[in-house]
Amino acid sequence: MAKVSTKRALEFYKKLYLLRAAEEGIQRYYFDDEMKTPMHMSMGGEAIAVGVISALKKRDQVFGTYRSHAIYLAKTEETNKFFAELYGKATGEAKGKAGSMHLASPSRGFLGTSAVVATTIPVAVGAAFANKRKKNKKVVTVFFGDGAVDEGVFWESLNLAGLWKLPVIFIYEDNGLAIHTPTSKRQSYKSIEKIVSQFNFKVFKSDTTNVLDIYKIGEEAVKTARKNKPCFVHLRYYRYLEHVGVSQDFKAGYRSEKEFKKWYKKDPILLMKKELLKRGMNTSVIEKVEKSINRKIENSITLAQKAPFAPVRETFTDIFV
Amino acid sequence: MKKERFITYEEALNEALHQEMTRDSRVFVFGLDVADHKRIFGTTKGLVEKFGKERCFSTPLSEDALSGFALGAAVNNLRPVQIHIRVDFMLLAMNQIVNMIAAYRYGSGGKLKVPLVIRGIIGRGWGQGFQHSKSLQSFFAHVPGLKVVMPTTPHDAKGLLTSAMRDENPVIMLEHRWLYWQTGAVPKATFTIPIGKSNVLRKGNDITVVATSWMNVEALHAADILKKKKRVNVEIIDPRTLSPLDDGPIIQSVKKTGHCIVADYDWMNCGFSAEVAARVSEKCHSKLRSPVQRVAFPETHCPTTRPLESVFYPNARDIVKAVEKALKLKPVDLSGEEFYSHEKKFKGPF
Repeated sequence: MAKVSTKRALEFYKKLYLLRAAEEGIQRYYFDDEMKTPMHMSMGGEAIAVGVISALKKRDQVFGTYRSHAIYLAKTEETNKFFAELYGKATGEAKGKAGSMHLASPSRGFLGTSAVVATTIPVAVGAAFANKRKKNKKVVTVFFGDGAVDEGVFWESLNLAGLWKLPVIFIYEDNGLAIHTPTSKRQSYKSIEKIVSQFNFKVFKSDTTNVLDIYKIGEEAVKTARKNKPCFVHLRYYRYLEHVGVSQDFKAGYRSEKEFKKWYKKDPILLMKKELLKRGMNTSVIEKVEKSINRKIENSITLAQKAPFAPVRETFTDIFV
Repeated sequence: MKKERFITYEEALNEALHQEMTRDSRVFVFGLDVADHKRIFGTTKGLVEKFGKERCFSTPLSEDALSGFALGAAVNNLRPVQIHIRVDFMLLAMNQIVNMIAAYRYGSGGKLKVPLVIRGIIGRGWGQGFQHSKSLQSFFAHVPGLKVVMPTTPHDAKGLLTSAMRDENPVIMLEHRWLYWQTGAVPKATFTIPIGKSNVLRKGNDITVVATSWMNVEALHAADILKKKKRVNVEIIDPRTLSPLDDGPIIQSVKKTGHCIVADYDWMNCGFSAEVAARVSEKCHSKLRSPVQRVAFPETHCPTTRPLESVFYPNARDIVKAVEKALKLKPVDLSGEEFYSHEKKFKGPF
């Protein structure tokens, strides 16, 4: 676990809480049917986004997937454009053209996501190549799920990054499920770490859901990648909700609620809250922080609801420069 | 008057790369074997020596990832030129080209730009067969967000490649292998040909032929025969850019001649020729004196063996026949005319 001050620990908690509360906000309003965008929720995996992104510098760059609410919020810490985008409004980051599956915030270094599995991995490798060429010391981090390593382009990208020694970090967010099919039914090999380490990558693996543990791994990976040694970080977590949608789906039969309960004991938000209490922080201080974040989210949702849709002409713009 | 300089299409492409890489250090060239001893039929000659292996390098055989790689480099403000020695290999990269590259700017709400060039070479003859001969311009031109250019002359090859490298958007450039040995007048100094501007390749008043890539060579041949034997003046329009298509000169020409033949170097079914035919029908309906005809590939694959391959590819004779039909001419005497002569020129192995 990374040693951080209590003040810093509270900052981590704020970020984790923001991610969780934002998605709970989505859940509260989703059935009004105003957010017409397929939601792939990050819930359960917040510590990965917060831990890794906290280890990056602001100028470092990030790519994600269609499951990137956590990444967006951890990298930008803003919720107005986020909710506006989910509501498909003109005030959204991409004026409603992107929605939940294509979130990005180029001005804050979040360079893109994709709804086709694994397809931002080579883009991150190319971005890292450009950074290395420019000698600007920026690190590129790309997040992807365990379904992505079933794709050929993952292995092609791994080879390119290892071959050309690029400043890139692959974050393998492993929830053990590609849609509804478990890893055991998809992968013939036992240890991806053994394979990846032969591609000239430094490899990390952990089952932790503690954000401070992940932050520590992240710091090590960032330090390594900045010296042009690519890193592969395998982090396991549990997807709390259905593949797409905002509800639990334990009754569907492909997994059991027991499993969820086991993982929920080490829920990343609860773990961090316990850590703060253990350090003697007053409950009222934590509650105050939570309330302030809740207000911020509720305010962003209201703004998004009231905002206009983009004008008709926007359908046709942004094709070419 | 200053004497014009004549160089080949291949030399024109090479010169464009040299000049633009000198002018803009963000430009780099990569792909399978771009830095080997053959240098993409000479078009990447001298680049690695002059600009170093950071800016001109051969790659693993990973077309899919390398297209995403180009996108990432472009988003971070480099100017990649990716080369595929056969267009057929670009199919391995279709996800990146269509789902990612074409849509990336749109998906970012206009915040990102994607200045990249993909060069694809169209093979033909000496047994290239059905996986080394595709052109696929109709596929690419179908997708919003991709610019598609197909230069025919050495002059256009240099000017359009230079424009492509300066464009802020993704440009796919499809180059016919047989055009590489064509020579033409090309200024030595750097210059651009605007993307999205059609060209009247030959002036005429009797009939309009819209031709793409190699079909322009066939159209010129047909025009010579028709002029000589029937005093028919064919106007040839080379769109050069297929998307975004500048249909103005095509419409203007058809309004003048009243007849239109589209000779496209791709499959006819659902192809670029259908797009041109549709636009001509929509915009020149009352001026058309004969139905628009199409000369393009039949709905089959390109065979390897020469006798069948010659059946597959349309040529000047097919254009002459179409002109006869449109203008209700008696059959042109084609004895003594040689067709498919380029097959004899092109030898293997590749």
